[in-house]
Amino acid sequence: MTTTLREESLDAGAGATGPRVGVLALQGDFREHARVLAGLGARVALVRRAAELAEVDGLVIPGGESSVIDKLARTFGLAEPLIAAIRDGMPVYGTCAGLIMLADTVLDASPGQRSFGGLDIVVRRNAFGSQNQSFETELAVPELGEPPVRAAFIRGPVVESLGPRATPLAALADGRVVAVRQGALLGTSFHPEITGEHRFHEYFLGMVGAR
Amino acid sequence: MTVPETGSSRVKRGLAEMLKGGVIMDVVTPEQARIAEDAGAVAVMALERVPADIRAQGGVARMSDPDLIEAIIAEVSIPVMAKARIGHFVEAQVLQALDVDYIDESEVLSPADYVNHIDKWQFTVPFVCGATNLGEALRRINEGAAMIRSKGEAGTGDVSEATKHIRKITSEVNALKSMTRDELYVAAKELQAPYELVLEVAETGKLPVVLFTAGGVATPADAAMMMQLGADGVFVGSGIFKSGNPEQRAAAIVKATTFYDDASVIADVSRGLGEAMVGISVGDLPAPHRLAERGW
Repeated sequence: MTTTLREESLDAGAGATGPRVGVLALQGDFREHARVLAGLGARVALVRRAAELAEVDGLVIPGGESSVIDKLARTFGLAEPLIAAIRDGMPVYGTCAGLIMLADTVLDASPGQRSFGGLDIVVRRNAFGSQNQSFETELAVPELGEPPVRAAFIRGPVVESLGPRATPLAALADGRVVAVRQGALLGTSFHPEITGEHRFHEYFLGMVGAR
Repeated sequence: MTVPETGSSRVKRGLAEMLKGGVIMDVVTPEQARIAEDAGAVAVMALERVPADIRAQGGVARMSDPDLIEAIIAEVSIPVMAKARIGHFVEAQVLQALDVDYIDESEVLSPADYVNHIDKWQFTVPFVCGATNLGEALRRINEGAAMIRSKGEAGTGDVSEATKHIRKITSEVNALKSMTRDELYVAAKELQAPYELVLEVAETGKLPVVLFTAGGVATPADAAMMMQLGADGVFVGSGIFKSGNPEQRAAAIVKATTFYDDASVIADVSRGLGEAMVGISVGDLPAPHRLAERGW
């Protein structure tokens, strides 16, 4: 096999002794997450099968198309064990499509779309409109301190309401919540993995280590 | 708090990043768009005619009717792309006004300008452009393309040109990786591409934007082969709705794209799909009818 353009070494993760963290690799920007996590010393594995899920201590659900991730997860028998793992307290971090997959309720879903659930929130899918309305901005995240986070929203969702168990971590200037935590679950509407922002992943690895 | 910034390179290239590992399907009606979304398409390309019909019917192929594009946008919840003719910046302005999520400046349509491509930096909406080799890809990126699709030969069902183009781009990138800095100046001259982009490719070992493969993909195995050759995802044009069982074939190609390295999955999804599109061998196409040769 020739060297392809997509080939990426996760060696930084292979020799590491940090927590074993999976990245759901059904569709989306999972390699970007894997690269950030490996750079932070985690042992990273791409997860497409239930057997691979059983090998990790925490999971990142990447950005992508939530309707596609949902279909593939159900078709290939990953949805049920993942839902069970979330109920069992496995730390999971979802960005954009990943946040949608972690929400208990999804508005503007594709027909028949389901989520894994776990976060006691209502998210609206693609809440800002078409790609013309996608944007990046500086976002204050008190939990991460200074400086603010450079946040890219790409046809992103927003958290329309939170139940009593979920805590907002960040909101836009108009008050719409775009980052949330509930116990071992973390979700952001935006993509730290593509803006060189590593603090959310560090924060998540802390959650994995603390379990 | 700073003002939110739309249309940045990061946001434009970022949408393509989110499409990775997915299948983008050509659709000509809202009903086909619904089938595509239900089958697991990551985006749809809204068209009046698929490339196989453009090829069969001939004539000048142009941007689709805005009513059709809007009806498809209204039907689906996934991103909608639409094609503008090469160099036709007003078609692109119209598509941006229609709020499409990506514009494909496409050789499948009849070129509107045989010298210049669209200055894509002038738009908020991102562009994907076709390329047959690394130099062409970098020229398009220099003009503002936020995603590249290797061209293949659209509307044929013959994957050989797609294979040729992804292999060509890959081998040219790999060649740059082994060059010294002084050699890269000559490489830039030979590729007819800006030195800064050539240097970036040499240092990172990949294109600065996402690379999908297109043109002639008709089966799950075709899609998986493109993924094994290093594509970030695939476009399927005529291959789905010119086949015997579009719903099942579309879903099968989606699964084969995710499990591209698992032959048992590809075997399973390839069973009982019915007839693939009939297809035309690229070798039988006279040169003037080769779409991949449009664009420079």
